[in-house]
Amino acid sequence: MNMKIKGPAIKFGNNIDTDVILPGQYMTLVDPYELAKHALSGLDLAFPEKAKKGVIVVGGKNFGCGSSREQAPLALKYACVKCVLAESFARIFFRNAINIGLPVIECKGISAAVETGDELFVDVEAGKIENISKGKKFEVDKLPPFIIEILADGGLIENLRRRLNKK
Amino acid sequence: MNITEKILAKASGKKIVYPGEIVDASVDMIMVHDLTGPLAVEAFKKIGAQKIWDNQKAVVILDHQVPAESVKAAELHKVMRQFAKDQKLRIYDVGRGGICHQVMPEKGHVVPGTVIVGADSHTCTYGAFGAFATGIGSTEAAAIFATGKIWLKVPEAIKMNVTGEFKKYVTPKDLILSIIGRMGVDGATYKSTEFAGPTIKSMSVAGRMTLCNMAVEMGAKNGIIEPDETTRRFLEGRVKALPNFETLQSDEDAVYERTVEFDVSKMEPQIACPTSVDNVKPVSEVGNVPIEQAFIGSCTNGRIEDLRLAAQVLKGKQVKDNVRALVIPASQEVYKQALNEGLLEIFTDAGAIVCGSACGPCLGGHIGLLAADEICVSTSNRNFIGRMGSTKASVYLASPATVAASAVIGKITDPRKLEAKA
Repeated sequence: MNMKIKGPAIKFGNNIDTDVILPGQYMTLVDPYELAKHALSGLDLAFPEKAKKGVIVVGGKNFGCGSSREQAPLALKYACVKCVLAESFARIFFRNAINIGLPVIECKGISAAVETGDELFVDVEAGKIENISKGKKFEVDKLPPFIIEILADGGLIENLRRRLNKK
Repeated sequence: MNITEKILAKASGKKIVYPGEIVDASVDMIMVHDLTGPLAVEAFKKIGAQKIWDNQKAVVILDHQVPAESVKAAELHKVMRQFAKDQKLRIYDVGRGGICHQVMPEKGHVVPGTVIVGADSHTCTYGAFGAFATGIGSTEAAAIFATGKIWLKVPEAIKMNVTGEFKKYVTPKDLILSIIGRMGVDGATYKSTEFAGPTIKSMSVAGRMTLCNMAVEMGAKNGIIEPDETTRRFLEGRVKALPNFETLQSDEDAVYERTVEFDVSKMEPQIACPTSVDNVKPVSEVGNVPIEQAFIGSCTNGRIEDLRLAAQVLKGKQVKDNVRALVIPASQEVYKQALNEGLLEIFTDAGAIVCGSACGPCLGGHIGLLAADEICVSTSNRNFIGRMGSTKASVYLASPATVAASAVIGKITDPRKLEAKA
């Protein structure tokens, strides 16, 4: 996947849990595009419409807390969320997002520096984030190489398929 | 090393590990259920793997949407039954198991000192038995089905040192709510939380499970308790062999990021108010909150000890007219015991409905959902927006005693107050 991402921001607050990202009543849906229709419906029913041209979600602390449901990051990815930036992530959501090929980057101070609608640029591999609209730049700790590799392959399935075939 | 570090060192073939280090750990047991399993099966097929690495180390439990309430759920169950058949996996189908986190230890799939992962966030429950247990997603589960390995960052540990004796109607649920209230919902993110101290030593397995179960609600990677005689008494006859518990005690000089002290002796019944699990206060300070639904059950509080406590409060009383009370034993084993002890009769006489062992209303996907503006007081573990149905409904989290007392009065009630009235 492309590790350089550009798009407008949609900002949320702290502790965005997986129940508001993908409510339990939609957990029997299997088509990711169907899941995407309910992305973040616990907070904003219009989110899928707002996101459809491709967006970067910005969150506060503890983004993705709660359930281990991978349907949450899947719903975001198929709703055209290209990347999630947050002050911090809940650990299962963080792993799930990486595993399905949705870049997630922890960036202290991002929440205060971004408003919904700001144009952002993210270089996932280099750990560089820029708010183009406001002229603010951030540098974060780079993700470990094996995580970058999973993201570059498009997710853990593709990564594993490649690695197992190599053997 | 502390107990978590000892388990991770052993699982990754190392003598010693340090917090922050990334290890490649061998998985001793993996569990998937009906809502996370089908995605894992799909991912497993996409990886191109044929057989799972070890069919003795994987368990399938149908518990979220059981019995199937929709064709969609029925299809998911079918996928899991077929996968279990193809891979020759142990499966606990409708009527044979119950909630995964209760069934796993009951049926002997939880062994102290092992690494257990489950495609469910409350997998951390098994730390109550001195196992390293943590939640994962479906794709990760598929990768483990294929390889038997998982990468893990060795977590820094926080020790929760608990002292004092619980007063009447104050329970381990009140303790864990109080802990989360103090720590915050991200107060232990990525960390290990080790529960220790005299109160833990004298606590039942059920109470320990309630504590470890909710470790994830403060962001923890795992909750854990050193195994002891209480652990042995529960597991003997359930697991094939028990390890030497001496190797599973944290060393005297084990390193903790910090130790947090809790004294339960003056603790009152606690409640987590909407819409965050750390929005905790004493029940006595909530004020006038009328309820429409009371739920006693879930992987947090659906055990026999919880049902006994609820029955003690409900015996000879009636659930208030405009309230519906749901009781769900955590497993078939708990259900049968509650039946034998006459608890189900007490619930039924009180006007509560007893449902089959499953997750029930906890995650708002199956039965007992809430309409807009309705309020539920629940023994479960999450009170997020929309968790139990409508995004305009509210959920309060409390102990079985508090929920039962609230069902009788029709509003959130301190169980000690109900007793004083009687």
